[in-house]
Amino acid sequence: MELLAFGKTGWGDELFFATLMTIAVSITAMIIGFFFALIFTPLKLSKHKSLNLIGNFYTTVIRGVPELLVIYLFFFGGSGAVMYVASIFGYDDYIEINAFITGSFAIGIISGAYSTEVFRGAILSIDKGQFEASKVLGLNKYIYFLKVILPQMLRLALPNLSNVWQITLKDTSLISVTGLVEIMRQSYIAAGSTRDPLFFYSFAAVLYLLLTYVSMKFLNSLEKKYSRGF
Amino acid sequence: MITSFPKLLSATVVTLKLLSLSLFFGLLIGLLFAILRLNKNIFINKFAYGYSYVFRGTPLLVQIFIIYFGLGQIEYFRSTFLWVIFKEPYWCAIIAFALNTGAYTSEILRSAFQTIKPGFIEAGKSLGLSNKTIFYKIQIPIAIKQSLPAYGNEIILMLKGTSLASTVTLLDLTGVAKYIISTTFKPIEVFIVAGSIYLFITFLVHNLIKYLEKKFSYQ
Repeated sequence: MELLAFGKTGWGDELFFATLMTIAVSITAMIIGFFFALIFTPLKLSKHKSLNLIGNFYTTVIRGVPELLVIYLFFFGGSGAVMYVASIFGYDDYIEINAFITGSFAIGIISGAYSTEVFRGAILSIDKGQFEASKVLGLNKYIYFLKVILPQMLRLALPNLSNVWQITLKDTSLISVTGLVEIMRQSYIAAGSTRDPLFFYSFAAVLYLLLTYVSMKFLNSLEKKYSRGF
Repeated sequence: MITSFPKLLSATVVTLKLLSLSLFFGLLIGLLFAILRLNKNIFINKFAYGYSYVFRGTPLLVQIFIIYFGLGQIEYFRSTFLWVIFKEPYWCAIIAFALNTGAYTSEILRSAFQTIKPGFIEAGKSLGLSNKTIFYKIQIPIAIKQSLPAYGNEIILMLKGTSLASTVTLLDLTGVAKYIISTTFKPIEVFIVAGSIYLFITFLVHNLIKYLEKKFSYQ
């Protein structure tokens, strides 16, 4: 137990901050994923074949390629790409991107592909009459989306979004390969310096279980709240 | 891009070996735990539920690290015959993958068993079939058909999961891709080649499942 003490003698505080880092990366990645979903869901639902193709390309490629490979692409290619863009604008110095940003972006793109599929499914399962009714009422396009489609879509998407959250939370463990100090990386460091990998990796597993358990409870209560009256 | 292709292709063999072995053992584990989940004894039931909860609630990376780095730490464990298997990263990866996919498979199979209409089983009973015959000739074929789409997804998830073998020094497709990227600094080219190989395997699996679904449908 003294291995987990707070302060200089144990790893308690380090692991605590690592857990906060995992939560921070997961939430950032989830939000970045929503932005991607916001772009690609309309593309997938669009009537134009070429736009459709772009949307399908994104979800198929990202969901068919291992997460680790995507992370390596961002880790090794990320700063190169940013430097290339910067050089167009006449900035030629070396730019190093922070591991947190690279990591959340890589995981965000992955979680975005899953969110896109969830939102697409939710919109498709909204009753056609709702679209027609709002047209008949002459609602303007934005009001119709914000007040009619969005609330219904969120209710339908919530159970699947909580699955996406679980996947995203577990995927953040892969960012440890880039050196970002989250739960997995911190356990690796602690295991290396105390030569007690069994204890620290098992403790990491407990932390992840705790995170998934707590978030599941929270999301279930949200689901209940939003499915009132149905 | 072209020079890296043969290397990546030979690494694909490693990935496919890892995938097929872990799916094979995972299916056995999944079937065992699905049957345990349906057991009426509350302790057996809870044990099987706990197993699938823990393995589905923690990242695969943690599971591999516990098995590969963690178990070797137990002095007693190193003296048993099991150590011959557990000192190899290759087998550690397969054991971790099999346990992980086994947890997901058990959930898929359990829900497939539970959605079988009781009428089918009653029909079998009234025909005087033995419990064994009902299980093998009625429940299993229906469960296979019901679980095929979900199991196809699980195969693809496992294919992506095998990439984690590269974290325990194995040179699978992702491992070799990372090695080439870090020596040549051409991340995008290598990503395109390795990614296409993964997508091609996904495509094959997808079509195989589609074919099987057709074969097992009633019509």
